[in-house]
Amino acid sequence: MPSSTLAELSAARLHVVTGKGGVGKTTVAAALALALASTGKRVLLAEVEGRQGLSQTFDVPPLGTDEVRLVSHPSGGELWGLSVDAKAALLEYLQLFYKLGRAGTALEKVGAIDFATTIAPGVRDVLLIGKIYEAAGRPRGGRGGGSKGGALHYDAVVLDAPPTGRAVRFLNVNAGVADVARMGPIKSQADSITRMLHDPRTLVHMVTLLEEMPVQESLDGLRDLEAVGLHIGALVVNQIREPRLTAANLAALDGADDDLDELLRTELTAAGLRPTGPMVKGLVQEGRDHALRLELQDEMAKEIAAAGPPVIELPALADGIEEGGVAVLTDELLAQGVA
Amino acid sequence: MATRTPTTPTSLDVDGLLADPGVGIIVCCGSGGVGKTTTAAALGIRAAESGRKVVVLTIDPARRLAQSLGLTELDNTPRPVAGVDLGNGGSLDAMMLDMKRTFDEVVEAHATPDKAAQILENPFYQAVSSSFAGTQEYMAMEKLGQLRTQAERDGTWDLIVVDTPPSRSALDFLDAPKRLGSFLDGRFVRLLMAPAKAGGRAYLKVFSVGVDLAQRTLSRVLGGQMLQDVQTFVAALDTMFGGFRERADVTYALLKEDTTAFVVIASPDRDALREAAFFVDRLGQERMPLAGVVVNRLQSLGASALSASRAEDGLGQLTEAGDEDSLTAGLLSLHVDLASTAARQHGFVSRFAASHPHVRLSTVAASATDVHDLDGLREVGRLLAG
Repeated sequence: MPSSTLAELSAARLHVVTGKGGVGKTTVAAALALALASTGKRVLLAEVEGRQGLSQTFDVPPLGTDEVRLVSHPSGGELWGLSVDAKAALLEYLQLFYKLGRAGTALEKVGAIDFATTIAPGVRDVLLIGKIYEAAGRPRGGRGGGSKGGALHYDAVVLDAPPTGRAVRFLNVNAGVADVARMGPIKSQADSITRMLHDPRTLVHMVTLLEEMPVQESLDGLRDLEAVGLHIGALVVNQIREPRLTAANLAALDGADDDLDELLRTELTAAGLRPTGPMVKGLVQEGRDHALRLELQDEMAKEIAAAGPPVIELPALADGIEEGGVAVLTDELLAQGVA
Repeated sequence: MATRTPTTPTSLDVDGLLADPGVGIIVCCGSGGVGKTTTAAALGIRAAESGRKVVVLTIDPARRLAQSLGLTELDNTPRPVAGVDLGNGGSLDAMMLDMKRTFDEVVEAHATPDKAAQILENPFYQAVSSSFAGTQEYMAMEKLGQLRTQAERDGTWDLIVVDTPPSRSALDFLDAPKRLGSFLDGRFVRLLMAPAKAGGRAYLKVFSVGVDLAQRTLSRVLGGQMLQDVQTFVAALDTMFGGFRERADVTYALLKEDTTAFVVIASPDRDALREAAFFVDRLGQERMPLAGVVVNRLQSLGASALSASRAEDGLGQLTEAGDEDSLTAGLLSLHVDLASTAARQHGFVSRFAASHPHVRLSTVAASATDVHDLDGLREVGRLLAG
């Protein structure tokens, strides 16, 4: 599967963001959606695991099954948010395709809805991603509204997807239901969804940290995603630590402890600080740990660069993501030509 | 002991926990990416090297961590971990959960050979056993029950350390088995089985109206073939329902016993600690024994006595003097970063501690490099013990 360049990313209609747990998937998905909205697009940002990560990221009340506007951008762009719920998606789907009415209620009463949304293998995933399919393909002017020249309600949809371990199964909808539904309506819905997911305008972005386990899992994940026919967008490297020490500083840290002690005592005094043994030792230790971390980071960065897809680099935020960090990352994405 | 203040929470006595012969099961839980598996493995090694006979049940370990425990194949059987110091009379086995195999074994244990074969071949069963969203949680519980039975019967182990599945939410681990149980007991299953039973008509009468409608709708939505597979599956499982329920209940009860200790793992950020708080509250509601919370990867400071603001002042002086490229300027600027990260993390942990004053905490400093061998795990264990 040929991978895209960063410039092609903005042409995608569905962005799927995945990565190992704890790497900042939701934040990156939010920053990407904001970046797209800032170019005048109407963008939907959706989560499917009911974690309310978007509500926390944007500091808004918990999202429900209705799409709500999170941000209006001066460019005319809009960011909408949605927490996709399997049960609501199923009832909506049944209503839309079968005009069920009372039968839907009957199904709910006997527990069939619960069965389909929590127990039935694969069906839950088809429902969740089916809602994304509906939103991504919704014609301008509403469902069922005449699509004027194929214009769509949303210019782009960003999906905060399950973590890498589950993402492949989640996105490989057909395989998920193939075992249980070899024909019939569920199968044909799964087929339509698969067509959308395999379209080159659907890109999967992999978020990682420059640490061994996340990098390993990301590279394995990329292979698995490509193997099921998905197009890879970008490898997003999150929380990169900026080197605080120059090459000369790092070389100096390799010196003998006694020499370093003397040098630091002199320089700390010049800095107006009263050097103590523990302070000097501690600073040297911090410097050496930092050097180790940078070395590991470089090694990991090389593996990432060799993987193939274009790489987006996002900095570690000293104040953490909690204090307006999403805006900083959005600007980074725009500066790197993502939208 | 020193008097307690709200900002210095009681610390979790990890060595005390591991040495307590009354503790037979330690459950490690928390949201994804916080280091659950690493913590479980580190606890296991530390306990084994201090003399306990330990088995560690991991769910989905990272490849290199698995290798360091000698887990190269997924064969659902505990194997001895090489390289562990057994000088104190302990032992360490480890295993990776194979959920499909565990499910198959449950079926085989509860059904006649004919019936078991019929179930194992059913396409719907095959899908449920390998991909249903709660199967992993349910099977982790099931395996825990099996290990415990084996431990009691053969005296193989006196401590089981269990890692929990990488769920959407840590709570899934507690909820999924019940969900499967209530499904198996539910009306829907009876509805599905109704046509397969003799006298199904009469049986249906006990339901309210709408059953026929539901049946017809199901057939329309699912397609006849899938509905038939589901029905065959459910009918075949019928004889085992009691056993399923019972086992889920027994394992759930096991988690409430005094011999079980929950360790909730978090990383020092808002989201992971919020998730930890949900879990701690839930354990309280369920009266499940919480040993404490472990906060992993906390930023530690070498020069902890040097405040960020003093370092910043010093950096300013050096810059003014044109010495901004000096080693000390570099180290001070690094220290400012580290100190502010440490302060932010400390804030999150303190807030958690303030709202959970009775929860014991243990923190683990972030290491400069990643953990993926026995020595690394021993170091984590040492840090856990404080």
